Amino acid sequence: MAEPFTVLRGGAIPLLRNNIDTDTLSPGSPPPRKGGGSGFGERGSTTLADDLFANWRYDTEGEARPDFVFNQTRFQGARILISGSNFGCGSSRESAVWMLAAWGIRCVIAPSFAEIFSGNCFANGLLPMTLDNEAVESLADEADQKGAAGEFIVDLERCELTAPSGRVRPFAISAFRRRGLLAGLDEISLTLEGAEAIDRFVAKARMATPWLYPEAA
Amino acid sequence: MGATLFDKIWCRHEVTDLGDGFSLLFVDRHLVNDMAGRGFLTLNKRELPLRNPELTFATADHTVSTLWSAGPDRSATGNPYAANLRGNAAKHGFRLFDTDDPNFGIIHVIAAEQGLALPGTTIACGDSHTCTLGAVGAIAWGLGQSDLVHILATQTSAQRKPETMRITIDGSLPETVTPKDLILFLVARLGVAGATGYAVEFAGSVIRGLSMEGRFTVCNMAVELGARFGLIAPDEITFEYLKGLPYAPSGDLWEAAVADWRGLESDEDARFDSELTIDASEVEPQISWGTNPAQTIGVGGVVPGPDDLDSESAEATYRAAIEYSGLQAGAAIAGTPIDMVFIGSCTNARLSDLRAAASVIRGHTVAAGVTAWVAPGSERVRRAAEAEGLDHIFKAAGFGWGHSGCSMCAGAGDEMREVGQPGQRIVSTTNRNFVGRQGPRTRTHLASPPMAAAAAIKGAITDVRTLEPIDG
Repeated sequence: MAEPFTVLRGGAIPLLRNNIDTDTLSPGSPPPRKGGGSGFGERGSTTLADDLFANWRYDTEGEARPDFVFNQTRFQGARILISGSNFGCGSSRESAVWMLAAWGIRCVIAPSFAEIFSGNCFANGLLPMTLDNEAVESLADEADQKGAAGEFIVDLERCELTAPSGRVRPFAISAFRRRGLLAGLDEISLTLEGAEAIDRFVAKARMATPWLYPEAA
Repeated sequence: MGATLFDKIWCRHEVTDLGDGFSLLFVDRHLVNDMAGRGFLTLNKRELPLRNPELTFATADHTVSTLWSAGPDRSATGNPYAANLRGNAAKHGFRLFDTDDPNFGIIHVIAAEQGLALPGTTIACGDSHTCTLGAVGAIAWGLGQSDLVHILATQTSAQRKPETMRITIDGSLPETVTPKDLILFLVARLGVAGATGYAVEFAGSVIRGLSMEGRFTVCNMAVELGARFGLIAPDEITFEYLKGLPYAPSGDLWEAAVADWRGLESDEDARFDSELTIDASEVEPQISWGTNPAQTIGVGGVVPGPDDLDSESAEATYRAAIEYSGLQAGAAIAGTPIDMVFIGSCTNARLSDLRAAASVIRGHTVAAGVTAWVAPGSERVRRAAEAEGLDHIFKAAGFGWGHSGCSMCAGAGDEMREVGQPGQRIVSTTNRNFVGRQGPRTRTHLASPPMAAAAAIKGAITDVRTLEPIDG
């Protein structure tokens, strides 16, 4: 169950790389830092937010790399990440989304997303917004100029993104996903309310494919 | 108009049409690994029962150590993940293939060995390589912890119906070119997002001619094409593989099942949203050079330069990859010195993989300064390999021979500390060469088991076809 997503206002952080994988977002073996965890979202005294992009954020001694955007003062407090195509590819680890959320990111804008990552975003109330390459590059430029102080407005009710420049761009999202985000729906409760449909399905399937149900043998 | 294999299985499992292209699907087999801790935490906190313990099967493959020194619990330092899974198996009453179980192994390997993956089924698991099991003619997909909790509580999953793509592979694979080379070739050709949004059916004479083990290797890396689902129509090879497996039907039910499974293949007039044909005879042994699986070339090739990059992000992506790789654009990849070889993972740790590597290694020794490690895909594979003496061939050459588990693929066990070192260059039979995937600063070169074996012997990336086998 996630917080409803209606209108998000906040700064954006640009990171134009394609194919950012979830190992990169949530490293299985993050660089050692004082109090660091063992990877896969397991914590020492570091927080989930500390491990986001850990292999890009910290050098092998555990010192922050000043040239990486997530370490730069001017992007602290950003709520939106702007990135390249096929964002979130690779492993299904949902910790990639938890870490983004823990850092403060509620919306990722990219030309395309990997599917498992995208599903994990929706399950946690994050919006993966797909825009064309040109729009993404232009938005990234704006974010780079303004830092986190430049306000972007993501309006999910109107399906519109307003950049700090004032330019408004419509964005597309499936009606099913939009409904879920707007309401912060608890999908498990919804499905369990319709549990009779599952029981009916199983009764039919037991007749049609009895070999799938060992005890029916 | 006819239906595709994928459509037929999808329709059979639709509990509810959720609209907008989404369906609530029934999950026939829910496979659970040791990364599911947070999912169970949520289930237990909400005091929800596990809906179908009899359709839930688990093993702790990711975090166990494959080192012999790790002892019976497969952990030198105590393994909270495995302990957590054990606790939940006791609480909820599902089948756990525990660390001391003779059928323990990598979940995608044992689900096949046990006959849990059957044609026409839906199989879900909190691991992106679940698509491996689509090779039996099933819809098998990976998911995150939230979807996982939903399945634990309801045995269903809300999924968007993907478009369908058929990749037909005709011609014939040259000798010494393996199913791994074929799928790496496809990933390099189509890109890591080449099939995003699609369910990919692999078809054609080359696929029909593959053993089940080879088919698992191909489907395993469908996700490296961006596809959540990879699948192959079941045929006589599939049925022969499944017959007699512990969880496969038997007697009259077997006959009924096979009769049903024969009707699953895509109809002749089925329409795919995308079609692609590949001639396998142009495939040579493959090796990855960069930080994603599409950054792969034939072993006779050179490290690519920054050509044809169409955007700022593509350029930044290339620059980061080439810098991390430590390679020179334009240089031949063969001859690149390596530190380590790993043979294992859900991609390439089945008996045929170990045989293929052993046949290259027989009589040779691992090059000085190179460490080499084999982690069989399951305890069954390990015992079968030992029964035919493969472990002796590996050990005599200087390879380490481990227990089964994900081992150095995910870099979560003890192997990276005990066997490998940060920053090493590794030729690996795994599926991902992401930054830091096999430990801090490690550089991974994805390859087939014979190519990994050749690299171990020469201490450098080597075209396996140039190695003279030694008999004996």
